[in-house]
Amino acid sequence: METLVYIALFAPLVGSLFAALFGMRPKTLWTGVVTSLLLFVSFLASAMLLKHVYTVGAVHAELMDWIVAGDMRVPFGFTVDEVTAVMMTVVTLVSTVVHIYSNGYMEHDKGFNRFFSYLSAFVFSMLVLVMSDNFLGLFIGWEGVGVCSWLLIGFWYHKPDVGRDVNPSISPSWAANEAFIMNRIADLGMLIGIFLIYWNVGSLNYQEFFAAVPQLSHGMLVLIGIMLFIGAMGKSAQFPLHTWLADAMEGPTPVSALIHAATMVTAGVYLVIRAHPLYSEIPEVSYFIAVLGTFVAIFAASMALVNRDLKRIIAYSTLSQLGYMFAAAGLGAYWVALFHLAAHAFFKALLFLGAGNVMHAMNDELDIFKMGGLKKVMRWTYTYMGVASLALAGIWPFAGFYSKDTILEAAFNEQSYGIWFVLWLTAGLTAFYSFRLVFLTFLSDERYKQYGFHPHEVQKYVLWAMFPLGLLAVIFGWWKEEFMAFVTRLLPAYEMSEHTEHMVWILIIVTMAIAIGGIVVAYIMYAKRLRRNERIEQSLPYRILSNQYYIPIFYEKAFAKPYAELSDIAWKEIDQQVVDATVDGIARVIEETGDGTRRMQTGNLSDYLKWMAAGALILAVLAIIVAMNH
Amino acid sequence: MIGLSHYLILSAILFSIGLVGVIRRRNLLMLFFATEIMLNAANIAFAALSSYMHDLSGQMFAFFIIAVAASEVAVGLGLLILLYKKYGSLDLDDYTMLRG
Repeated sequence: METLVYIALFAPLVGSLFAALFGMRPKTLWTGVVTSLLLFVSFLASAMLLKHVYTVGAVHAELMDWIVAGDMRVPFGFTVDEVTAVMMTVVTLVSTVVHIYSNGYMEHDKGFNRFFSYLSAFVFSMLVLVMSDNFLGLFIGWEGVGVCSWLLIGFWYHKPDVGRDVNPSISPSWAANEAFIMNRIADLGMLIGIFLIYWNVGSLNYQEFFAAVPQLSHGMLVLIGIMLFIGAMGKSAQFPLHTWLADAMEGPTPVSALIHAATMVTAGVYLVIRAHPLYSEIPEVSYFIAVLGTFVAIFAASMALVNRDLKRIIAYSTLSQLGYMFAAAGLGAYWVALFHLAAHAFFKALLFLGAGNVMHAMNDELDIFKMGGLKKVMRWTYTYMGVASLALAGIWPFAGFYSKDTILEAAFNEQSYGIWFVLWLTAGLTAFYSFRLVFLTFLSDERYKQYGFHPHEVQKYVLWAMFPLGLLAVIFGWWKEEFMAFVTRLLPAYEMSEHTEHMVWILIIVTMAIAIGGIVVAYIMYAKRLRRNERIEQSLPYRILSNQYYIPIFYEKAFAKPYAELSDIAWKEIDQQVVDATVDGIARVIEETGDGTRRMQTGNLSDYLKWMAAGALILAVLAIIVAMNH
Repeated sequence: MIGLSHYLILSAILFSIGLVGVIRRRNLLMLFFATEIMLNAANIAFAALSSYMHDLSGQMFAFFIIAVAASEVAVGLGLLILLYKKYGSLDLDDYTMLRG
């Protein structure tokens, strides 16, 4: 079984290195084909591991020692247990689809080979992240996905910077740097958490840490929990570190589907799920996580309501759904969080890939106000995106219904009615903005004709590649019971109280009502034609929402500008005046000494002999002095 | 009675003469003579101390130095002849090729 672990883990790495060999060359078809095939191999291995874990149990593999220093021993150890197996299968399945999809999407891109190299490297890092059996390995994967995310957001790095009013993300390289730096801030918290774990436990292994949790003081556990969660907040783009996710949409759309929807951004949720023995011990931190998640859910949904950018709307909905996952994890319903994570990965990746098809058809146009009526030319994409949006809105019997509804039930069960109400309201908003997007893009009047676009459906194999995701977006929820039975072998089982059991039907009906209500409102407003109301668009709440609550501008004014000025002072006053001056001073002293003593070199042997005699004399005198002092 | 200190003083005087010769003289041949004098000053000190301390290693060293000095003269004189052939002079002031 260890072989399967290594195949699943290293197949993407091999693919990445292979594609990297041809990274600087123009497009060669086989790099895309080979990386996709290797990803498929990795998926097969993951699926077989899932089956093995299901029938036999967890697999542990130790590649070799990594760090051995004194008492510290960190091996390259990998554990495939229930949670990891689920994560691996989800990651490799979505990655395989995205790889095949990218063959079509990146067809005419100059960086075709480079793209596949980065994409496979990302999958490898992500697998390291989920498979590692210790916090250090997790951290390496964590940083690895961060680097790949940076590379891929900034994939079209040659695009120039433009003003915020033209493009809120300024430019791909700007967005890439923003994402990277935001994550560094969060990673500092995570590193401190890892240090604290080592300091208190003396080991970074999950099992050893979790075994030691009961012996640690409560204050220390709270501190570790907060620090680890700060790391999770950065990676999963939770408030206040959320701005990078929407800007990350500057990357190619398959990247948004894979990294910024299905896999990487859920790493924070994975961390909280993985560390559930810790978070179960510190209910106050868990409650904070749930509240923050709930806040982010509605906060992001509100921004999606008014946005006109196809990809940004989906990005905000990702943010919102991540909030749902954290809410579930914070409430102690870890398996529900994982269930929503998996379901969300399928339908959100599908939604993004559909958006990619639309962009392809519309020459990279993203403004949904300029689309409309695309249903006629893009029937399959319409179907896929419709299915994905139904799943996202939580309509029965699609995947999102089961997972989101269970989160709402859990919130109700915990008697956190505030959380339940906000999440319930968000479900309505989610349904509204998802279908606002679908209707404005595919139904209503054909506005694109005014702008001279000639949309067309994408290649057949690309549509077929999306099929597994479409299927799973529909049927994944049906396996809720089996999924629960499987992952609760590792995660704590979450039982609903009897009171909730009685209420369950009412809850479902109420939730469905608001979701369908959202869709109906969207239908009335947008299905026939684009309705715009100047007065509303000029109103303050609308402008606040469409400017993302002015948070990016606030960050720029409050942090980026002062920091730049501080750096300027540090550069001109400290670096140039003190550090450089010291170094230059040392060099000048040596140079002047050399210049002064150069006169000794007359070229006359007799003078050299004199210097030699003088030196010998000095040495002799020194020797005599030393001898006398003895 | 001639004691150890007499020998050592003689050795020191000879060494100083040699050193002054090395520093003051301009002719390479004279430099050679001066170095020979210095070597022999060392020889006298070795021999005297060897007999004073009843230790033969000092005399052994003296023999060594004589042998080394002889070979040095052999090589050195050869070089001097070549130098003279090349530059037509043995005056140190004419050799300024090492000027930096």
